[in-house]
Amino acid sequence: MQCQQCDKQAMFHITELEAGEVRELHLCEDHARIYLNQAEADSQQEDSDTEGGPLGVGQTAKELSEIDQLVCDMCGITFFEFRNQGRLGCPHDYVQFENELEPLIANIHGEVEHRGRRPNRQKSVGGEVLPESTEELTRVIGMRKDIRNAVEGEDYERAGKLRDNIQKILHKWHAEDLKG
Amino acid sequence: MKFEVLKTSVGEWLKGTGPESDIVMSSRVRLARNLAQYPFVGRASETERSEIEDFLHSHLTKTSVGSRLEYTNLGGLEDLDRQFLVERQLISREHADATGARGVAIDPAEQISLMINEEDHLRIQCIHSGLDLEAVWEQIRGVDEEIEAVVPYAFHQRWGYLTACPTNVGTGIRVSVMLHLPALVITRQIDKVFRSLHKISLAVRGLYGEGSQAFGDFYQISNQITLGRTEDELIAQVADVVPVLIDYERRARDFLLQETEQNVHDQVSRAFGILRTAQTISAEETMQLLSRVRMGVLLGLVDDLHVSDVNKLLVRTQPAHLQKMRGVDLDTKDRNIERARFLRAYFESGSPDDN
Repeated sequence: MQCQQCDKQAMFHITELEAGEVRELHLCEDHARIYLNQAEADSQQEDSDTEGGPLGVGQTAKELSEIDQLVCDMCGITFFEFRNQGRLGCPHDYVQFENELEPLIANIHGEVEHRGRRPNRQKSVGGEVLPESTEELTRVIGMRKDIRNAVEGEDYERAGKLRDNIQKILHKWHAEDLKG
Repeated sequence: MKFEVLKTSVGEWLKGTGPESDIVMSSRVRLARNLAQYPFVGRASETERSEIEDFLHSHLTKTSVGSRLEYTNLGGLEDLDRQFLVERQLISREHADATGARGVAIDPAEQISLMINEEDHLRIQCIHSGLDLEAVWEQIRGVDEEIEAVVPYAFHQRWGYLTACPTNVGTGIRVSVMLHLPALVITRQIDKVFRSLHKISLAVRGLYGEGSQAFGDFYQISNQITLGRTEDELIAQVADVVPVLIDYERRARDFLLQETEQNVHDQVSRAFGILRTAQTISAEETMQLLSRVRMGVLLGLVDDLHVSDVNKLLVRTQPAHLQKMRGVDLDTKDRNIERARFLRAYFESGSPDDN
């Protein structure tokens, strides 16, 4: 059987009883985990209505729906879309939605800090040491979107400038397309 | 991809060599990595997906490991050939069934495969036969470092390597071993074993079949957590539990021999008998029976057959392998007839390649 949220095989078959109504869910492992984490956060919410903090805990329905409307500045995904698909849109989501993802990640992994291998960065083209974080490079995603908007608005000067900036960043990070 | 060469070999994971290979079929590690400058695969446009594939493909060829691999554009393959790669565990089923620009680079020994545009931009996988996690980790780490020297992977100070699904973030590592546990299944201890594994946050799944219904008693144990621990700790978490499972399975096999030898011998012989004489047989039944026979070989109850033969049959009786061998597309009914014919010929001559 296929997962109701994606193309993977459903591994979890969940029966929910809500107000006497039976609802069946068939989910793959990833979606089940996200669903169950959400359910857990929701039930915690019922228990405590004053505690502040992470997603679903001590937050009103209004606040939760506000979280769902958060949008990534780079790829444009909303938090609602992420919750539905169980997949993030781009690396910047981990920055943009950091506060909202933290309780979810804590639930999945029991930890909120990476302790494994770290990149061994080479020097940039300009000779400076590149940072561990690739956030600067990920901003290119937003700049490409800005180019499309500029071209649509026939602001070709701005589009050209953005293109130059993107090339500079890609060059600095040795991330140019080899085909040119 | 030289499928013609591949179809008569069995690939790394079914060689039946390496430590503890009577119980541990294979050891596998995969790493999830993404390019920092593109959206994740699920949100990338068709053009972006092509750019990602081009970028990774061209940069991979600059590495010494990449130049040894053979690259295949999956979009350009027939369904049957993609299925063939799934059966050999070189790509995932999701990767095979997806649409859009995607590819895989495979080394000739079939130990390493690099999946491009699977759920993440790059998934690096390394498989060895038997229980060999440390060597697998050494090898895959080398590959990963070599690629990282030319490709800036998305990384965050706090979250580590960034992945499309938060369940993989941090190390991006999935460590798994595939075990053959027929005696634990027969003695009905398998559920108890699984419950205790879940408690220490390890995942268990059957290799074939849906959900908890596993065909052929092959199970894969893997880590679920990827963040907040080092790769060595995560590997140790899986590696530490394997000797315990091996011990349980060996004891269950001894018990079966001591207490119910006649029964076990009978079951194994009947399984062997069906495989040698059936006129039509499904993939599921074949898997179940081969599992029994494999245990029989290891218990010394079957003559003239080696574990490596059984392993070979496990993969070569799968749907795409059968059709590649026959050279035609077959529906389920014809596949079952063809499978039975192939098995009879194999056991008669011991040399299916002449078939």
